[in-house]
Amino acid sequence: MNVTLQNLTKTFPGRGKQKNNDVIAVNDFTFEIPDGKLVGLLGPSGCGKSTMLNLLSGLLTPTAGKIFFGEEEVTNQPPQNRGVGLVFQNYALYPHLTVMQNITFPLENLKGKDKLTKAQMREKALEAARLVQIDQLMDRKPSELSGGQQQRVAIARALVKMPRILLLDEPLSNLDARLRLQTREEIRRIQTQTGITTVFVTHDQEEAMSICDMIVVMRDGILQQIGQPQQVYDDPENLFVAKFLGTPPINTFDARVEAGKLYIGEEAVLELPDAETGPVIAAIRPEGFVPSPLGSFTCQLQRIEVMGRDTSVVCSHPAFTGETFRAIIDSDEICQISAEARFSLKENKVYLFRPDTGDRIRF
Amino acid sequence: MEQNNRKGWLYLLPAMVFLGVFMVYPLIDVLVYSFEEGYNFASQTYYGTGTYNYAYVLRDPYFLQALKNTFILVAITVPLSTGIALLISVALSSIKKLRELYQTVFFLPYVTNTLAVGLVFMILFKQTPYTDGLANLILGWFGISPIDFIDGPYWAKMFVLCFYTIWVVMPFKVLILTSALASVKQDYYNAAMVDGTPRFRMFTRITLPMISPTLFYLIITGFIGAFKAYSDAVALFGTNLNAAEMNTIVGYIYDMLYGNSGGYPSYAAAAAIILFAIVLTITCINLLVSKKHVHYA
Repeated sequence: MNVTLQNLTKTFPGRGKQKNNDVIAVNDFTFEIPDGKLVGLLGPSGCGKSTMLNLLSGLLTPTAGKIFFGEEEVTNQPPQNRGVGLVFQNYALYPHLTVMQNITFPLENLKGKDKLTKAQMREKALEAARLVQIDQLMDRKPSELSGGQQQRVAIARALVKMPRILLLDEPLSNLDARLRLQTREEIRRIQTQTGITTVFVTHDQEEAMSICDMIVVMRDGILQQIGQPQQVYDDPENLFVAKFLGTPPINTFDARVEAGKLYIGEEAVLELPDAETGPVIAAIRPEGFVPSPLGSFTCQLQRIEVMGRDTSVVCSHPAFTGETFRAIIDSDEICQISAEARFSLKENKVYLFRPDTGDRIRF
Repeated sequence: MEQNNRKGWLYLLPAMVFLGVFMVYPLIDVLVYSFEEGYNFASQTYYGTGTYNYAYVLRDPYFLQALKNTFILVAITVPLSTGIALLISVALSSIKKLRELYQTVFFLPYVTNTLAVGLVFMILFKQTPYTDGLANLILGWFGISPIDFIDGPYWAKMFVLCFYTIWVVMPFKVLILTSALASVKQDYYNAAMVDGTPRFRMFTRITLPMISPTLFYLIITGFIGAFKAYSDAVALFGTNLNAAEMNTIVGYIYDMLYGNSGGYPSYAAAAAIILFAIVLTITCINLLVSKKHVHYA
């Protein structure tokens, strides 16, 4: 089932002193989620991701705009008519029911020709439980399960009625680091196996990049960029997206373009024959630095952090917008680094943005 | 270790002394009295020991009347007051406008003076040479002839007593239930809504189990409170409850100790022990039932 959003907008009335300032949680969203894809809604806290998800589930109705599931318009349909499965951030498992009862709960609501017998319900629940590998735990109560197991139960409960769309609200935020890694692969596996169009909300870019077919980057209710994770990472449309994706984050420098060259500080670091003259923000991915004794970019070495596979070189530079920045280099190249570290830059890892608006300057 | 133990007991001492003197000792004393025949406060003497006191009390028509009244009162007021309180609380939590006003209104009886409440009920139900009371006025609109609710037939008096009891215990229950309902997380309802759960089913499958510990607490304390009813009857029907056929078990115990017929502490003790046995049994049954139906988070 593909999902289409047309000019979707949701505003909340302002409170207290800002009575006249409505809060725009989702501002004029238009995009399409292709059938059977795993889509990540990505953005910092308070950017409207959860509002977006609630609009899709029908728990909120939009102020303006339309939502289509396939050909069918569902904009004003109540949640129960939409056929969505929703996994809550805190799972919202019914604490007084066993795992089995929790999973069969949505099935018991079916009426008319869809009505199931007890045996059919049990079978469907077991099927969903097997999919998320919790079929051994059917008689336990949620309080007797670990966080990861509870999460699986929540997914099973959302999947059991074969939803058209599966929605996951920050599904990994309550898990520890190791479990998070494991569970996100699990979510990908379940999604691939069932082929259900899945939207999942996260503030963790790594999470979204690693498993999504498509990511939607949001900020303050405004859509920033949509695309495949690699594409968005390699070709950010503005400074926010560039900064938001990638760990360690992208390094930004106050720079200028003069006579077809990019200057950071006093050094001309790149030849940019077509770029317009003027001040810019130069953003360089940590992997865009190549240590070289003849490199055009000089900075002060602060310390070296060894991470095994590669090495993080922490440097300072007067034009850098923060204190220190990081370059990620191959562990073999470490000998090239001295107190005055010199780098040459990979051109495709350097992005220029307008200092005032943060828009990308292409060159 | 030994030293620590002694210190621990020392800390407990004040509480234990008070509980022992004012609770445990009287309880044991009541049990002892109930087996001493014809105990006399003044001379501190008795004829003999045995179960005669119990035999007397259980044959006393006044006690049987009180027993019957108490059971009717319990059977009617506990389920009704809890049910109505639940309805009111659910209604309260589903409205947004004027919610606080309504909450205050429902809580008012709790902080209202008992005498004022008695006066209100008099205006409602009492027949005087000048008026038949407000209740009769309303009944008159439906063509029903006036009933004397205070000095009239047994069922009318029982109705007033039950009405009064329910009305008096309601505010506390509403208060407790409203806060219990508010503590059920919205996420559960959202989850149920996405799964297309009808409202009534949401109430029975989610709300009720979630507030069941509170509900259970109210039912148990409601049972105990209703079994101990006495002052309400006095407020409505005066002190001569036996004459009004409106006595309760506690009223009977009080009469046996101090009332007109007074001076029979042994019978009072026996009646008190019988009441204790009844309350204990009911509470145990409640606990057994609750094991299956109450869900502690």
